[in-house]
Amino acid sequence: MKLHEYQSKDLLAKHGVTVPGGEVADNPADAKSIADRFGGKVVVKAQVLMGGRGKAGGVKLFTDSQAASDFTKDLIGKRLVSIQNPAGMVVEKVLVAEQIDIAEEYYLSVLMDRAASKLVVMISKEGGMEIEEVAEKNPEAIVKVHVDPAWGLCDYELREAVGRANIPNVARGQMISMIKKLVKTYIESDADLIEINPCALTPEGKLIAADAKVSIDDNALFRQLAYQETADDSAEDEIEAEAARRGIAYVRLDGEVGIIGNGAGLVMCSMDEVKAAGGQPADFLDVGGGAQAERVKSCVELVMMDPKVKGILINIFGGITRCDEVAKGILQAIEELKITIPVVARIEGTAAEAGRAILAGSQIVPAQSMQEAAQKIVATTR
Amino acid sequence: MSILVNKNSKVLVAGMTGREGSFHTGQMIEYGTNVVAGVTPGKGGQELMGVPIFDTAEEAVARTGADAALIFVPAPFAADSVLEIEAAGVPFICLITEGLPILDSLRIVNRLKANGTSKLLGGNCAGIITPGECKMGIMPGHIFAPGPIGMVSRSGTLTYEIVWELTQAGLGQTTCVGIGGDPLPGIRFRETLEMFEADPATQAVVMVGEIGGSDEEEGAEFIKTMKKPVVSFISGRTAPPGKRMGHAGAIISGGTGTPQGKVDALLAAGAKVADKTSDVPGLIKEALAVRA
Repeated sequence: MKLHEYQSKDLLAKHGVTVPGGEVADNPADAKSIADRFGGKVVVKAQVLMGGRGKAGGVKLFTDSQAASDFTKDLIGKRLVSIQNPAGMVVEKVLVAEQIDIAEEYYLSVLMDRAASKLVVMISKEGGMEIEEVAEKNPEAIVKVHVDPAWGLCDYELREAVGRANIPNVARGQMISMIKKLVKTYIESDADLIEINPCALTPEGKLIAADAKVSIDDNALFRQLAYQETADDSAEDEIEAEAARRGIAYVRLDGEVGIIGNGAGLVMCSMDEVKAAGGQPADFLDVGGGAQAERVKSCVELVMMDPKVKGILINIFGGITRCDEVAKGILQAIEELKITIPVVARIEGTAAEAGRAILAGSQIVPAQSMQEAAQKIVATTR
Repeated sequence: MSILVNKNSKVLVAGMTGREGSFHTGQMIEYGTNVVAGVTPGKGGQELMGVPIFDTAEEAVARTGADAALIFVPAPFAADSVLEIEAAGVPFICLITEGLPILDSLRIVNRLKANGTSKLLGGNCAGIITPGECKMGIMPGHIFAPGPIGMVSRSGTLTYEIVWELTQAGLGQTTCVGIGGDPLPGIRFRETLEMFEADPATQAVVMVGEIGGSDEEEGAEFIKTMKKPVVSFISGRTAPPGKRMGHAGAIISGGTGTPQGKVDALLAAGAKVADKTSDVPGLIKEALAVRA
């Protein structure tokens, strides 16, 4: 789960990382009193988990606290819409933080290097822009240090790394200390990404984590109790949030063919087939192993929440999942939700004959193969 | 012949008394797998489906000589179970459990690598089957058939889909290996391909990959040197960057893990890449005909 900026900075501050002063507010009065503490010279930032927040009008600088408070009043409850997130998100909280003067901007991150099966720290003098952009234009500006899984990081490795990254002397010691705190935070809070961009050097020579992105490993929420309650707020989309509450693996896409299948690989493959047949998938939805009728119904209901969906493709290869249970769930969903859009179902594997018999005579169009199913659903939704 | 498991494998099941564990152990016994022990702390001395249950892996191994282990233990305790079974000296461990914290995967993968005494398959995998001999996992046994094709895949149901096509086309399998959908798996494509290349019974290999990571590209490096033909399929060609597609490992991020990058690497290595799952048997037949 992605943490909000204020949560990320709180977490880092708790581990001793220097972050700009500030606090989160959900009303104009609180925003004003926080801004007053910094003499009114603050930045107000909408706390929504979407890209393009600044361009959408969710970030603004102020020199007096009343203006910051008025802006907060306008922002709370407003739906921000960006290119990255056309459906938009409603602002519930803002971060009111002191403005800091920046002399130079660097980049720091900790993440998993899958190929090496080790954590890796990435350091760059080129902060302030997307790291992908740096990787493309100037790859030698990114210095990587692997963290030994048994022994951790050694100081000499970090001294060598910040030197190789051409970080100026005044910032080197502070950066080494910050990196060690970031790795400790990563491990103690089960993060799966920590990114500091920019990591700012002030004209006075102080290194500050000016912006922070932290994401926590969803699989570790059972032992990261502080984040358990806020888990579904972190979804970037309302249907995805509902799916998280129901415990269903669902990703919203922007096409018109709803897709339901079992097993991540098979669902991805069904999406590919829909695209190959000339359609666009509206979602990724994995019903999971051993789904009962009730769960299948819940999945159909979820897909139908997206108003763009014009037809549904259901592709099940039953291993642990029984096709007759799936068929019952589909029929229940169609009856109870009064679904009138076309539904094509391809069911194979355990109890497939029984499943097909249940669906025979209903409005559901049967298909022999995944390819045939994709062609049939695309033909009816085009 | 086969790789990793065969009719002589003596299988220990950790978490055998749980709902999933007992259901699948029953299915495995029915298939003919030699399940010799179950491990559930606190249930030692009991018996389930004729299989003795032990409190610890150490005791189970000492009493039964188990040489392969299958784990159904819930995610919060799964890493500990892997380490316990490694310490008990079991050389092959298969972890079915889904949802392992990535830092737990990091610990077990690196410790097993450093000690070098046990191989880990998974987590979050469907398991492994040598048709007609040993089924260690959650796959439906009836869709597999013995034969000359080795198969390795990151996805369970997509394996079933393609195996079903192969079996119907008369192409049976030596061993089918599910390496799982986690970002830090134990055994990866490359190692599995090396084993299939060395297995005299395997004549061709099907490799089913998906978006995310660079395991397919690493596998392709080895395919360049292989004498046996490889047919591959990559799923997730329409998945958008930055979104996890169900599997924790299936994500295109920072320009790596793209489907095109994988397809290009495989083609450059001399593998055939199927556009559709249903094309796989035809491509295998062509490849075998060229060799014959």
